[in-house]
Amino acid sequence: MSEQQRRGGDGKFGEYGGQYVPEALMPAIEELTDAYERYVLDNEDGFMDEFRERLRDFGGRPTPLGRADQLSERYGVEVYLKREDLLHGGAHKLNNALGQCLLAKYMGKERIVAETGAGQHGTATAMAAAHLDMPCEIYMGRRDINRQRPNVFRMRINGAEVNPVDIGRGTLKEAINETMRDWATTVETTHYVIGSIVGPHPFPSMVRDFHRPISAETKRQSIDAFGRLPDAVVACAGGGSNTMGIFSEFVDAGGLPGTDPATNEAGAEDDVDLYAVEAGGSSLAVDEERGVAPNSASLSTGTEGVLHGARTKVLQDADGQIMESHSVSSGLDYAGVGPELANLVDEGRVDAVNVDDDAALEAFHRLSQAEGIIPALETAHALAYLEEHDDPSELGEYVVVNVSGRGDKDLESAIEETATRDLPNAPEMGVFEGEGGLR
Amino acid sequence: MSGQSHIPAAFDGEPAFVPYLAAGDPNYEASLEYVEALERAGADCIELGLPFSEPIAEGPTIQQAVVRALEGGMTVERYFEFVSELDVDTPLVCMTYYNLIYRYGDEEGPEPFVERAAAEGIDGFVVPDLPAEEAGPLREACDEHGRDLVSIVAPTTGEERLQRLVDLSSGYLYIQARLGVTGARASVSDRTSESLARVAETGTDLPRAVGFGISSFEQARDVIAAGADGVIVGSALVDIVAEGHETDRPVAETAAELEELGRELKEGALAGTETEASQAD
Repeated sequence: MSEQQRRGGDGKFGEYGGQYVPEALMPAIEELTDAYERYVLDNEDGFMDEFRERLRDFGGRPTPLGRADQLSERYGVEVYLKREDLLHGGAHKLNNALGQCLLAKYMGKERIVAETGAGQHGTATAMAAAHLDMPCEIYMGRRDINRQRPNVFRMRINGAEVNPVDIGRGTLKEAINETMRDWATTVETTHYVIGSIVGPHPFPSMVRDFHRPISAETKRQSIDAFGRLPDAVVACAGGGSNTMGIFSEFVDAGGLPGTDPATNEAGAEDDVDLYAVEAGGSSLAVDEERGVAPNSASLSTGTEGVLHGARTKVLQDADGQIMESHSVSSGLDYAGVGPELANLVDEGRVDAVNVDDDAALEAFHRLSQAEGIIPALETAHALAYLEEHDDPSELGEYVVVNVSGRGDKDLESAIEETATRDLPNAPEMGVFEGEGGLR
Repeated sequence: MSGQSHIPAAFDGEPAFVPYLAAGDPNYEASLEYVEALERAGADCIELGLPFSEPIAEGPTIQQAVVRALEGGMTVERYFEFVSELDVDTPLVCMTYYNLIYRYGDEEGPEPFVERAAAEGIDGFVVPDLPAEEAGPLREACDEHGRDLVSIVAPTTGEERLQRLVDLSSGYLYIQARLGVTGARASVSDRTSESLARVAETGTDLPRAVGFGISSFEQARDVIAAGADGVIVGSALVDIVAEGHETDRPVAETAAELEELGRELKEGALAGTETEASQAD
């Protein structure tokens, strides 16, 4: 990999990436690119040192890598869980939110805006903004607000304004549009904290770099735990931030100054298989007539297009109109995906696979019962892939699954979705219904 | 129709009135009448929106127009039919987002879209999510088919970027009057005059049309008096379409109202020239 590519280059990943945004935003994008190169890539003014220190003291890094005993026995492979659910706030999202809010502060920006789908990114941003004493406004689709009330409350108690977005289907796609509009109006004083490895350059590279600690720790902890790198790493993919977070050092070791040398010397990264597990929703088929994809599997079924500032794989109709996506997990419910991940799939470095809503819900209950860990519905997709695999031993001897977040935020969705299905491993749902029940 | 763009003629002489409507809002037939009404009002060039599902640069008014048009069955193919069926002589600019241009035809890239648009009588393009950095392929396709590519100049655009936009553009420059998204506003921003002056300093002879927030005779007059060569008006006109749709008003009445506001805006623009002239005395 060339120096220019390592530094994010011109923001192109093969055919993907780029900067497709209104002219009014371009000066801010140029300013951000400059700040990314100076502070993140060159550690100017000790930015990365402060970032790592805050990740440790405020965020609780490193997160553990632990053996899942029951799952290991069930699948006949050594299953290890990278516990991003134990990061402050309950998901990997804090890495990026803290990094970007801190960067905004270094850039002299006064205000933070962000979009959120499941609310986890909004929560992390609200926490990071409060931690750094910056005002923060979050845009969230009305439908997602209804699905994710605990997270909305968490944002509010951290002092953030939550603005409901009513247009369209009221999910992440609409929230991104609305945040772009706010940013276009306030760009001179405001930083937009994009929540995944999507959007115009430098966001995909920058967000990936803020999530790199997941990958660096996984390498080091794998060596400590079983003496070598894992054979496979499995992560769920919506926009793809936890995915690239845990893949990045396996794709391109030592991408940042100050990376632990031990993670670079581990070697043989190409031998580690990387699986991005998408939301297959209720079906991979597409309803062209209604412009609806009952899934969010843009890596598996999308086509090349331009959405929210980048060229990438997109769920779209024959005209190029963006389709409404679907997933039981609002965190995966997005019609696009990060351009770098799209390129890694095209290059064959990452395998894009998918599991459906039912399998994800089953996995949600399975991990809760088998290991005492309630996973986010996003994460449940990654876990479901082990179950859906005909022969998990084909994945190798050691498999690491990224537990991207914890499931507290999804309990309302989980109750509702479990009640409508006949899942073999769900608890008795009757107690949740009727007067005196939990709902 | 093919050959060359007719946009230069629109700015040849008196100040230009450039209205915007989303094609197919609220439905195909009514929309044809609305666009034709704007020509009767004195439009010199018409920006005709091709609705895209993610209009990130638009405010609520035009966003709703886009939703209505899409729900009314507007597609890329219907848009081209719409253009060929329109009974207007005014130059037409297609305003849309890049994904629709990029996806059209068998191969990914802008050329097939531009070729087809040129054949149907589109003279130029405004693409709000395509900054100079990504506009190369569309510029080439426009050159190949004799069409114009209109760039948007924002209040935040610095000197270096401005020169790049001037070099890239043809037809006219779209001067964004203020930061934010489209939508009618009460007064014209101070930043408009600043932007007009900065563009003049580049020495370009491209006409400068100002848009974002213009809705009245007075604003049109003031913008021209500040040195603009044209006024672009979208949301104020779309508001009339929206109201007509919501109140079930007959199409002819809405068309008449559009024509009336259009005349007022055109007159405002003309009055701006006199103000400008008297200021010069």
